[in-house]
Amino acid sequence: MTVDDSWYLILSALLFTIGAAGLLVRRNPLVMFMCVELMLNAVNLTFVTFARALDDIGGQVIVFFVLVVAAAEVLPPQISAALVAAALALLVWSFARDVAWLRHTVACREPHPVP
Amino acid sequence: MQLVVFVVATLMVVGGALGVVVNRHPVYAALSLVLTLFGVAVHFVAQEAHFLAAVQVIVYAGAIVVLFLFVIMLLGVDKAENLRVDPLGGQRPAAAVVAVAGIGLVILLAVRSAQVTGAEGVTRPKDADEPNLETLGRALFTDYLFAFEATSALLVIAVVGAVVFARRVKVED
Repeated sequence: MTVDDSWYLILSALLFTIGAAGLLVRRNPLVMFMCVELMLNAVNLTFVTFARALDDIGGQVIVFFVLVVAAAEVLPPQISAALVAAALALLVWSFARDVAWLRHTVACREPHPVP
Repeated sequence: MQLVVFVVATLMVVGGALGVVVNRHPVYAALSLVLTLFGVAVHFVAQEAHFLAAVQVIVYAGAIVVLFLFVIMLLGVDKAENLRVDPLGGQRPAAAVVAVAGIGLVILLAVRSAQVTGAEGVTRPKDADEPNLETLGRALFTDYLFAFEATSALLVIAVVGAVVFARRVKVED
């Protein structure tokens, strides 16, 4: 029998369940974090499965970002939350500055003649 | 052949996951996690996500788990815990409920033979001739550029923050 997409989904669900149950049972914070990594891997596997099934590369892009954030996440949680907030704030500020500059320069130009 | 690869990789994944949850010693749990990550990387290759499989091995198994082991070794959190005591009341029953619900979901999926919806791909289809890495790169640097730059900023700030926090203040003589 050929391997079907639903098999991968079942495996992901199983992996996620094991990770969730482990998160609830274990007390060592490092092992709890390892169970969170298990859940993240289950989600990654689901995304890749759907990326292949729906012929869309977006699923793999999301997995790429999950991997990057998981790598940056190994710091203590308060620090990583602060880092994410700082990174997003910096980018929003930079884009807002560009938008303000664009509005200033475009508004000073003459309007197009209406055809 | 595909079936054999799938079964072997699934055994690695599930065996490693159970090892993480069941092992009393955190170092053994970390090594079981490595087994799971390698199994997932094999699944990625089977799903034609070659770049992600390589990144998974290098970043997840090669960097994140190594960091885990560093923390375990340096901070001495490696006391084997007693799995029979339950400090937070109701945690074991909650875990049992979650496990049963999860397994139930898995069985439901298997019985209904989960259909993948026929939704149209949103980002870009994967060209059969184009290597996976190129397609991924194209999507990453055009459609998802903002997210890419945001994660770049995140990584830079993480590195700077780690260096700042690890600094030892020089004592004046």
